[in-house]
Amino acid sequence: MTERQIKFSEALREAQADMLEADPNVLLLGLGVPGPTGIFGTTSGLQERFGTHRVIDTPSSENAMTGVALGAAARGKRPIMVHMRVDFALLAIEPIVNQAAKWHYMYGGVMRAPLVIRMIVGRGWGQGPQHSQSLQSWFAHVPGLKVVMPARPLDAKGMIVSAVKDDAPVIVFEHRWLYNLSGPVPEVPVGRPLEGAEVLRPGRDVTIAATSYMVIEALRAAETLAGIGIEAEVIDLRCLTPIDAGTLKASLARTGRLVVADTAQEAFGVAAEVVSVACQHAFQHLKAPPEVVALPHVPTPTTPALADLFYPDARDIAAAALKATGAEKELPPAPEQGRKWKDTPDPSFTGPY
Amino acid sequence: MTQLDDKARANILRAMVRIRVAEERISELYREQEMRCPTHLAIGQEAVPAGVSAALEPQDLVFSGHRSHGHYIAKGGDMGAMFAELYGRATGCAAGKGGSQHLIDLACGFMGAAPILSSTISVGVGAAWAAQLDGRREVSAIYFGDGATEEGAFHESLNFAAVLKLPVVFVCENNLYSVHSAMDCRQPDRPVSALGPAHGMPGVTVDGNDPDAVYAAAAEAAARARDGEGPSLIECMTYRWMEHCGPNDDIALGYRTAAELAEWKARDPIPPYAARIGADLDALMSEALAEADAAVAFAKSSPFPEPSELTRHVLPA
Ligand SMILES: Cc1ncc(C[n+]2csc(CCOP(=O)(O)OP(=O)(O)O)c2C)c(N)n1
Ligand SMILES: [Mg+2]
Repeated sequence: MTERQIKFSEALREAQADMLEADPNVLLLGLGVPGPTGIFGTTSGLQERFGTHRVIDTPSSENAMTGVALGAAARGKRPIMVHMRVDFALLAIEPIVNQAAKWHYMYGGVMRAPLVIRMIVGRGWGQGPQHSQSLQSWFAHVPGLKVVMPARPLDAKGMIVSAVKDDAPVIVFEHRWLYNLSGPVPEVPVGRPLEGAEVLRPGRDVTIAATSYMVIEALRAAETLAGIGIEAEVIDLRCLTPIDAGTLKASLARTGRLVVADTAQEAFGVAAEVVSVACQHAFQHLKAPPEVVALPHVPTPTTPALADLFYPDARDIAAAALKATGAEKELPPAPEQGRKWKDTPDPSFTGPY
Repeated sequence: MTQLDDKARANILRAMVRIRVAEERISELYREQEMRCPTHLAIGQEAVPAGVSAALEPQDLVFSGHRSHGHYIAKGGDMGAMFAELYGRATGCAAGKGGSQHLIDLACGFMGAAPILSSTISVGVGAAWAAQLDGRREVSAIYFGDGATEEGAFHESLNFAAVLKLPVVFVCENNLYSVHSAMDCRQPDRPVSALGPAHGMPGVTVDGNDPDAVYAAAAEAAARARDGEGPSLIECMTYRWMEHCGPNDDIALGYRTAAELAEWKARDPIPPYAARIGADLDALMSEALAEADAAVAFAKSSPFPEPSELTRHVLPA
């Protein structure tokens, strides 16, 4: 039997629908959640199906609404909050970091905050400095939060299912450029673990550990590398809290070489954390310094002329992997782009978001 | 109350026409896919900035949000630099780094626009505080939408401005929607202007499609601010004709009716005003079109930023 293929965005919608169906305490809220475009289709039709009491539009009051969700969670509800951009969730840092993250610990284990907060990482078409930040490391840095970054539709669905069932606050980082990608997803609501990385492609020469959309670029890089006889092992890191040292160590024991690709700035970020974990747990296996492919320490520029330079892609990953292997080889010439800018996930996109 | 003379009225009409024509040019040219940034058009809302700017002095300051083109143009922002910014060019008012959502032109007192809701409200209050500290008779006019008034920072800013009696004119452009969400699921049934008295300042609701009404309220508020009597809140009732973000009409989405849009289009602020003051609208339109076309030509012939620009300006040199 061929497995059913659906888009990442459909997987998100299906997971929320399944959880709203399974548990009357599940709530879904956010500005535009019931609207005609339904958070890029991920919440479309859910208010019609589950009612205006459980699926609600909110004022643009990110700070207070997060506290509101927390209070409802403290009284048995299981809210899912949606932010159209990570950048908007910054107005809710206080209730997330000071409150939700701490309530279980700070109240001696008697309080729980089963919140799911979906944050979308924007990219492309001039999203610019305030609509494209990828701040996963901020949240992963805070004890008491679970932070996950699904890269495949399977995880998009399964992680939302698990997050809703989890008694901790879970932050789900969803990269906008994953939304239209399809993959196999079971029809039933099967949870996927909120911890642990996964090897998506085995290889013996170099390990590429990536987050979120960079997993897609890493798989493309592995294809290119295979063409010149380099077998890259691609790890989807999936979950940040914690970075899965075991999977990383086992892979490095095979390859001895590491490239980390993240959607955020390198400095103080997930990439730096992965390198740290690799050095602490697999130092004896490393045959070359780890390579990092991430954003420069610069805000996102709006003009495509600079944004195209700002975002690394599969080619940068392949080049880094080649460097890590030390092989005396060259990458094949870059295929003809056929388009002027790289600021859309695919050429059919005609903006704006 | 301050009266508008014929010359001032002609300027108001000219500002509205320049905004309308520039926005329409953007809408048409956006389809070429060369303006590659989120763009929020203000067609239908031109009377607000035209009326407000008529009440401001050149040294006064303006702060804005995501729907900022009209505010920028009305305050005297450079049209060529605006188009160049939308086209991502080095000659843009933010060197291409900001795009439509981050216009700036310090030469005319347009202090910046930022699309994070409510973010520039407190910043505008801070600029007014600096003016008060330095004894400058300078007013901060701060534009924001109805949606932004739901953020805590809006209320905190009004509170602080009222405590220090800061020279601020808070201008809410109430166009009835926040993206696709109508007022009734976001706010109780009371005017936004009622939040002024709640925070210890006058609040008025005016017809935001009548530039004279906007002007009258803004002039009174600016005079109060300049005289050290503190801030005011003006709610301007108006309507966005185009989609929330982008160059098209959005009636097909179904969150608002074609009848509602038609009703507001019938209240187009421009033709009745031209008739009221006996102006030649066609002549003004072609003048504005020539200006917009020159701005587009300037933008399109400008270079993109050099690669070295990527890392420049992260910190001041
Ligand atoms: C803090 C924050 N939350 C959400 C958004 C997304 N957003 C962009 S514009 C907008 C609508 C705001 O409505 P309003 O303030 O009434 O301005 P209008 O678009 O109607 O001019 C929203 C919700 C944002 N930019 N910032
Ligand atoms: Mg509005």
